[in-house]
Amino acid sequence: MEIKIEGLEAKIGDTPILRGVDLTMKSGEVHALMGPNGSGKSTLSNVVFGHPSYEVTGGRVLVDGEDILEMEPHERARLGLFLAFQYPVEISGVTVGRFLRRAVEIRFEGQKEVRTKGFLKDLREAMDFMEIDQQFINRYLNEGFSGGEKKRMEILQMLMLQPQFSILDETDSGLDIDALAVVARGVNKMRDHDFGALIITHYQRILDHIKPDFVHIMYQGRIVTSGGGEIVTELEKRGYDWVRAQYGQEEEVHE
Amino acid sequence: MSNEAQTVHIDDYKFGFHYPDNSVFKTRKGLDEDVVKAISSHKQEPDWMLQYRLQALKVFREKQMPNWGGDLSDIDFDEIYYYAKPSEEQSRTWDDVPDDIKTTFDRIGIPEAERKYLAGVGAQYDSEMVYHNIQESVAKLGVLFTDPETAVREHPEIVKKYFGTVIPYSDNKFAALNSAVWSGGSFVYIPPGVRVEVPLQAYFRINSENFGQFERTLIIADEGSFVHYVEGCTAPVYATDSLHSAVVEIIALPGSRVRYTTIQNWSSDVYNLVTKRAFAYENATVEWVDGNIGSKRTMKYPSIWLMGEGAHGEVLSIAFAGKGQEQDTGGKAVHCASNTSSVITSKSISKDGGTASYRGQIKIEPDLHDVKSHVVCDALLIDEHSISNTYPYMDIQSDDVSMEHEARVSKISEEQLFYLMSRGMDEAEASMTIVNGFLDPLVKQLPMEYAVELNRLIELEMEGSVG
Ligand SMILES: Nc1ncnc2c1ncn2[C@@H]1O[C@H](COP(=O)(O)OP(=O)(O)OP(=O)(O)O)[C@@H](O)[C@H]1O
Ligand SMILES: [Mg+2]
Repeated sequence: MEIKIEGLEAKIGDTPILRGVDLTMKSGEVHALMGPNGSGKSTLSNVVFGHPSYEVTGGRVLVDGEDILEMEPHERARLGLFLAFQYPVEISGVTVGRFLRRAVEIRFEGQKEVRTKGFLKDLREAMDFMEIDQQFINRYLNEGFSGGEKKRMEILQMLMLQPQFSILDETDSGLDIDALAVVARGVNKMRDHDFGALIITHYQRILDHIKPDFVHIMYQGRIVTSGGGEIVTELEKRGYDWVRAQYGQEEEVHE
Repeated sequence: MSNEAQTVHIDDYKFGFHYPDNSVFKTRKGLDEDVVKAISSHKQEPDWMLQYRLQALKVFREKQMPNWGGDLSDIDFDEIYYYAKPSEEQSRTWDDVPDDIKTTFDRIGIPEAERKYLAGVGAQYDSEMVYHNIQESVAKLGVLFTDPETAVREHPEIVKKYFGTVIPYSDNKFAALNSAVWSGGSFVYIPPGVRVEVPLQAYFRINSENFGQFERTLIIADEGSFVHYVEGCTAPVYATDSLHSAVVEIIALPGSRVRYTTIQNWSSDVYNLVTKRAFAYENATVEWVDGNIGSKRTMKYPSIWLMGEGAHGEVLSIAFAGKGQEQDTGGKAVHCASNTSSVITSKSISKDGGTASYRGQIKIEPDLHDVKSHVVCDALLIDEHSISNTYPYMDIQSDDVSMEHEARVSKISEEQLFYLMSRGMDEAEASMTIVNGFLDPLVKQLPMEYAVELNRLIELEMEGSVG
């Protein structure tokens, strides 16, 4: 699968947030996306998934050559895209088990019989792998989950849904060291298959577990520079000041 | 005469079909003493019941219409048929039920439910119970389950002792109306210590147009007994309005437990104005599970009077108000003794401009101690133009009381929809999932069959709601 983002612009209300994002990613690759708070990383994920709050004002998002911007979020999901949310919402009254059974059924429509038959066994295995207690099967989705539990739940969903490409929005934030290793293990397990990911993060530590092939820096709604792992080291050392100095656009700084 | 049912498709209401009006006897439109006398004489009632009806008619005429709740100004009491007898005889086997009527209940699934999981079934068609049957094993325990007319004839001592004692005809205009023209319903008596483990069910069906159905239900659970009584209701879809105005009285004697479940699914032209009240004596428990999905306007607040120490009352109210519908529902608990507790849980859903209102009252009499009451009202709005209201009334005259009230109104949030859609659900399924989740804590307290039924009805209501 190839995802090609070209000149993507989007606004919320009257505020432009994405100002021409260009990014090409393929399954088999791991990309890291970094950038200061408010630079537009979550907005990019939301727009790629068709969140209704954002208005796309320019550009294209092509998946294997087909523009997906007119598709509903569920149609994009059914292409094999997955988004691990920065802030997963609580869905009261819907158990993890029931929800995942349905999501798996949709994802593997056609092969439904096979998939749902072994569903519970698959789920239990995936839960063990993610070190999530089996009792969570009967808990309401994300309701009352700790921050770390929510993040593990996102990765569990990814393992069950087997997407071809995932965007992981700060899945590492708020995780303790052990949880971080577990989450990274989940992502790496996906890499056995034809799978690509865009990992949005502020820290090097997750990238020590999941080696990115490319690193991009977003600033003021654009990808201002791309490179390899060395950029991360640079950032850890120097912070974002040099990015601001080099790529900041005067007229757009209102503060 | 044709046996072809005429199905009208309005809002996907599945039970909107009707058969030709084949009543064997019907009073003329409107209500006066002669109509009441005709009903009574048709039932060959003893004079005391006729006198009771006539008294009630007087009170009905004097009483004002309620000036709160839904708008009832469209009800024209002169345009209603108050009594229609569908067949000559009541049957004990489905084979003996006239074809149209039997087919109706087949389509609703009653005979099948009876075979599968019920201890007894009553089926009312317009004014009369056309079928009433109780499993032999249950009857052997001394359980009585009949229509109230039979009870008046065969058990006058019990009927006289309890009928109208929980809800006197002076209670409100519609209780008076019911007391004047009541017909059909159920009479249940459970002897001391007897536990009926599977439900008794009554099903109410309106077939005639411009019709008023006024069934009367009286349940007496003797000491230490248990019963679960379930009622369901549907009607055809007509262009004109019908009226359903029932009275349900429950007497839960010391140590007994009564659970009363309603799944109301009237068509969108039925005014549903029902008075339901229970007396719970020492250590008795009464639970009302009240699911209101259909009707044009419903006004119904099942109540429990906690009369003896240790009594406990619960009301679980579920309301769905769709287009043009107003569900004014809730519950009441009146604490008349110390060491009593009540829980009222209300969940309502409004969509397509519908209005769901919670109206509830907690009353605690003076000089009581250790009284607990907990009220939770949750409302879910599916869209911008639907409405939810909360009217909690409290009248607390004792000090040693623990009283909690929580109320929440939520809208289906864009973030929740987006989350579910990002996992592959289309928008309709995502909303349905959220609605089901909202109801889940309540629905899972229902026996499996009714939980499935309720979910199915709400799914039908939700269909096509998302653009
Ligand atoms: N729903 C919204 N309403 C108003 N402003 C919004 C909304 N969503 C995002 N924004 C604004 O868009 C900008 C980019 O936000 P976004 O969440 O994409 O940043 P981010 O790069 O993910 O930041 P962080 O690293 O803090 O997660 C911010 O200034 C934010 O306030
Ligand atoms: Mg973000």
